[in-house]
Parts: sequence; structure tokens; C-alpha cells
Amino acid sequence: MTKADLLPGPLPSSLQLTGEGHLKHFLTIEGLPPLLLQEILDRAEQFITLPNKAQRKAPLLRGKTVVNLFFENSTRTRTTFELAAQRLSADIINLDIRTSATAKGESLLDTIRNLEAMNVDMFVVRHQHSGAAHFIARYCAPYISVLNAGDGRHAHPTQAMLDMLTIRQYKGDFPPLKVAIVGDILHSRVARSQIHALTTLCAGEARVIGPRTLIPAGIEKMGVNVYHDLYEGLDDVDVIIMLRLQKERMQHALLPSAHEFYKRYGLTEEGLKYAKPDAIVMHPGPSNRGVEIDSMVADGPQSVILPQVTNGIAVRMAIMSMVMGAQSGKTL
Amino acid sequence: MRFVISNAHIIDPDSGYNAVSNLYVHKKKIAHIGQTPPAGFTADHTIDASGQFLFPGIIDLAAYLREPGQEFKASMESETLAAVSAGITQLFYMPEPLTSIDNMPMVKLIMKQGRALKKARVKVIGAITQDLAGEQLTNMGGLKYAGCAGVSNQRQPFASTRTLRMAMDYAATFDLPLFLHPIEHSLTGSGCVHEGFVATRMGLPGIPVAAETTAVAQIITLIEELDIPVHLCRLSAANSVEMVRAAKQRGLSVTADVAAHQLFLTEMDISDFNPLCHVQPPLRSERDMEALRHGVADGTIDAICSDHQPHEIDAKLAPFQQTEPGISALETLLPLVMRLVEENSMPIETAIASVTIRPATITRSKQGRLQPGKKADFTLFDPDDFWQLRADELLSQGKNTPFEGWSFSGRSSKTYIKGKCVFDRKNIAHKKGG
Repeated sequence: MTKADLLPGPLPSSLQLTGEGHLKHFLTIEGLPPLLLQEILDRAEQFITLPNKAQRKAPLLRGKTVVNLFFENSTRTRTTFELAAQRLSADIINLDIRTSATAKGESLLDTIRNLEAMNVDMFVVRHQHSGAAHFIARYCAPYISVLNAGDGRHAHPTQAMLDMLTIRQYKGDFPPLKVAIVGDILHSRVARSQIHALTTLCAGEARVIGPRTLIPAGIEKMGVNVYHDLYEGLDDVDVIIMLRLQKERMQHALLPSAHEFYKRYGLTEEGLKYAKPDAIVMHPGPSNRGVEIDSMVADGPQSVILPQVTNGIAVRMAIMSMVMGAQSGKTL
Repeated sequence: MRFVISNAHIIDPDSGYNAVSNLYVHKKKIAHIGQTPPAGFTADHTIDASGQFLFPGIIDLAAYLREPGQEFKASMESETLAAVSAGITQLFYMPEPLTSIDNMPMVKLIMKQGRALKKARVKVIGAITQDLAGEQLTNMGGLKYAGCAGVSNQRQPFASTRTLRMAMDYAATFDLPLFLHPIEHSLTGSGCVHEGFVATRMGLPGIPVAAETTAVAQIITLIEELDIPVHLCRLSAANSVEMVRAAKQRGLSVTADVAAHQLFLTEMDISDFNPLCHVQPPLRSERDMEALRHGVADGTIDAICSDHQPHEIDAKLAPFQQTEPGISALETLLPLVMRLVEENSMPIETAIASVTIRPATITRSKQGRLQPGKKADFTLFDPDDFWQLRADELLSQGKNTPFEGWSFSGRSSKTYIKGKCVFDRKNIAHKKGG
């Protein structure tokens, strides 16, 4: 292969799926069929209901090597991927790229080539730039699967799937549900993936709530209704998803102050009253108490923030086993 | 040497000439255009151009040739050859941060190298501020003396509106054509694509239309106040076209151009993170693209240019936002312009005018027209040469084109500068075959 063959052009439409429609990479929820999303959720349920701790370790990925390739800081996501891989009996390597080769000027493609040469089977990628996971999936060796653990503002599909699992556990099937996503939609890859998941699974209504500066242009074309008033947006919803607000948003004239944001868009017990009485409260973490959510709500009876974390491991186990199954041509 | 190009469909938008006829060349110059030779003319040889168009040599208002400094991207030799292979006989070398052209020796070096290569004529646009840093003005009087065809700050910001105003005024002292890119950098930020639904869906930071229109408004205001002509480079938005149209109607001396790819691609083309569509200004909406086409058709936008930016492959092998913007575009300029005619966006005279006489007028070039007594710069365009673009077959060193796989009807078969054939496609075909 000459270097000219590497010329990037349009991506093949089904980069994520094999010819038979199995999941090869997990890069974004956009474009995946609803049945496949249901399959992920069903499979994750199975991992949760494994009878007891002794049998918690499944041999599905024995002999496989998973590389956690984190170009951006993360503790929670990396740990849950690590646990998921371990519970499937895979070998896992954590690479903190910020302190390794790329920091010395190596290109992303060279980093990938070098890791490939070590005969690994799966990359779990987090990167600060949108499209990074697509890029790696496109150029890595065909026997490697890529899981997107968050790219720029674009997608965080495993997070969205664990959120869907949590919603299904507490609220049942999606069509009757109204779901509100609150806060910094503009910078949120989580929100984008949640929106794709909710529309694919035919949720009754998806709403985004936030000040105009944090709602990106044309988001309504993704199939959501936009609200700028928290209470109006929370009216009658079944699920409230609060997003993390990064402190640096106060610097670029996007917001005046954390205090004002909390007053207008922070979820308090008062705001919670506008939702359905049995509404659940979610947060992808890590949460800023007193900025986007009140402690009374975060720790309250309607909060499902900790079950989300538990589900995160099961969902990642489900997806890892599915992509490795597609790679080996058999269902694991 | 005397020769005749016979039976060509000659189109010269400047004079309005549009007929199947003959073009007679004598001593580097056009001797006559017509059915019969001028008195006393006997041709040494005749080139039969039946079925082919004959256009004035194409003038490209903006090309980055990368040499000196970035020869890993392209060389003047490779790019001036690519230019003539696509009918371009004159191109304007744009300054850029790594080759800022802010001093006389650099201007002379580039012009000398261009002359030595004997391919496309290379004209130089100099920097309006030192290092294109937007602060200290360059020695524009000297730049003009060295042969600069105009001055620009490329896409780099000015330190303040005052610096911009002073730079414009000082350039006008020497009657140097001003090429200004309308970009309000504080609104561009880290943006890399058009702010809109596609940017939102892809999670890529957007560049609002206002990043261009506020700059257009600012420049138009200064044109009005200082009463000096300005050329606006690379419009991308419908609203900018409207503002330029209104300014022209008010009688202001403003001209504008658009990059050819803006007339064919939209934000939708980047929707799978295709870095080959990463350009500055960004590809915008379908509505913007249509407005730009109308702008060219009605003369609001004077010129179409390539905005040629050849890159090494590695420059495009990264996540979208980290790739370098720009398209290797010399070889698609004329084919795309002819495609506008094919798609009924404008008559052929308008399309060809936008790459010949109109850019010649903006830059005060003597070329861009077929006029007896003028240097014989022209290209023969074979409309029956159907071809499919393959990036690896581009003559440019930069293979970064989003038009891979596009089919085109027609391309240049021969290109002449000063009556000398500087490109003959047969030789290329012969080389490939051999």
C-alpha cells in the first residue's frame, strides 16, 4: 500500500457494522438500527443478573487484549471499561497518551500503527477531538475493534447506552416517556448520543433545556424540543438528565456565573416538583453539586445516579462481547 | 514563428467574440482573429482545433505554491506545471505565515523562480503587515517597486480596526490592489466548520456566518470612508453576497471572488468527518452555495479562483479539527467552471469571464483577453474529453482533493503562453503509455 492509498475520502456508510449487520466498532449511536440497541440493553441485563459474584467473571474475551487509549483525562469511564474487560477475562492495558508518545510529537496514526504491531484486539478511545474514534476505526487493522469512549463534542455512545438501560430499568419501554436533558448541550457529547439513542428507541419526547448560549444551532433537527425555561421544560417529564457544567464555560462569555446558572438551570427539589412525581433524576457524572444539581436531589429518592455507574460496567461488557463476536464471526 | 489555430470555438468575454474561427499568432503575439488570415500572413504550421474551445489563458487569483519553505507540500515547478495542464496561464502567489512575502528580496526570488520555470506566469501578492502579524506595516512602496501585484494579510487578523484602516490607506498611496479576507477572528474562534445543524450533529465547533458578514460590513464601511478600491477574497455566505451587491449598487469600488469548490460543495459534504472538505472559509449551506452561484452569474462576485492549497497526505490524516484546511485545486478550477455552464447556472461567457477578464481587471493584468497585439496566452479546451478525477493522477504535488471520482466533460488539451505551447496533453498521455 502506498501512502496515496491512505487519502481520506468519504467514510463507508456502515463503518460500524459488518456485512451481516453485526456491530464491528461502536463509534456513535447515530444510524444504528433500533433492534441492535435493544440487543445491547438485553445483553447488558444478562450480565447484571449473573447469579452471584463468584460467577461474575465470564470467559468471553479470554486471550484478547484491550487497550484503553485515553488522550483526555477520565477516571470513571476508563475504570468501568477496565472492569468490564477484566470481567470478560480480557487482558487490559491502560495508555495515558498525554504523557507518552503523542506528547513527544508522534502522529495519531503512528501511535495506532505501533499498538497494532503488538497484536491487540480492541481500542477503547477517548480523545478531545470530534471524529477521532472514526478516524482510528478507519485506519486501524481490520481485525481490531474500536469503542468510542468519548470524542470531542461528538459522541459518547456507551454512556448513552448505560443511560438507556437505566431508563428502561426504572421506567419500562420508551414510547410513552418524556425525557429532558438539562444544561450545557453545546459542549456535550453525552447529550448528542443520548438524543440519538432516544430518537432511535422511539422515546415519546426528548427535550433539551438550557440558555441560548449553550444550545447549539439547529439541534431541533435532531428530533428534540428546545426549552430555555427550566420549569417549563421539566413539566410532566418522566426522566431528567442533568449534564455537567465545566467551570471554564464561565470564561468565554457563555455564562455570567455559576451562581446564576444554578439559580436558572440547577435542579433543586423545587424544580423537581414540575416533573412527574415518579420521575427519575440522572447525571453522567462527575456532578458539580450546587452548580447543576442540589445535593438533596442528587442523594434523594428519585436519583438513580449510582445505578447508572453499575449499569456502565454491564453495558460495556455487552458491547465488548458483541464486537468481539462480530470479529470472530460467531456470537459470543 | 507564425502559426494558426484553426476552426476553434473562440470565446473572448472581453470583446464578446463567440464564434468558430481561427486565431493567428505571430512573434508571441496574437496577430488576428477571424476566418481569413491578415494580409501577408503565411503560417509555418496549422493546428486544427475542430470541436475544441479556445479561451483566453485562465487567471487564478489565489494559489499557495509552498516554495520556498514548505517543499514537502509542493514546489513551484510541480504547481506551475499543474496550472498550465489545466489552462491556467497566470496565477497569483498568495503570502502565508511561513512564506510571508513581506520584503523585496522574497518578491524578486519568487518572480525569478517563476520566470525560470517557463510554465504559468507567477504574480506575487505581498504581505500588508510584517510576518502577516497584523501590526507593523510592510514597506509597500518597495514591494510595489519589486513587482508585487497587490497586498494582502491573507487569513491572518489585524491587531485592530485602526491597523486595518491605516494599512488600507497606506496601500492606496501606492495604488496597490488590496486583497482582504473578510474574517472576524473573535467570532471564528476554534471553529472549523459552518455553524449549523451539521456542526451540531458532528460536534465540531462552528464558524458563524457573522464571522464573515461583520468583517464584510467593516471593510465596506472603510471603503466608503477612504474611497479606495478593495477586493474581497473568498466569500462563503449568501448574506455577504447580498452586502457586496448592495455596496456595488451604491457605487462603491468593491470586487469579490469565490473559491470554485464553494460553488459545488456544502456542509453536508463534511458530514462523515471528511477532512478533504476542511476548508477556510468553511463550506456552508445549500442556500449559501446557490447564492454564491447567483452572485457569479449576475456579476456581484467578479471572479472564481482555485484557492489552491496543496498538502502532504499527513496534513489530512488526523481527526477533522486537527487537519490543515485547503484543497489542491488548480486542476479542478476550469473543469468546475465549465460544469457551472453544464448545470445551467450561467452562460459560458460569464463563466469564462470569471476566470479571465474579470480577474485581469481586478489585478490590472494585461492578460485575460484575446486581443490582436497582445501576448498570445490561451488554452484549448476539449469538451469531448470525458474524464474521471483520480487524485493520484493530479500533476500537483498535493493530492488533497474532495473531487475524487467526479466525472468531468472536458479539460485543456493544449496551453499557450506568449505563443509558446507550454502544455500538450498528448505528451502526458504518451509518458503514461510508455
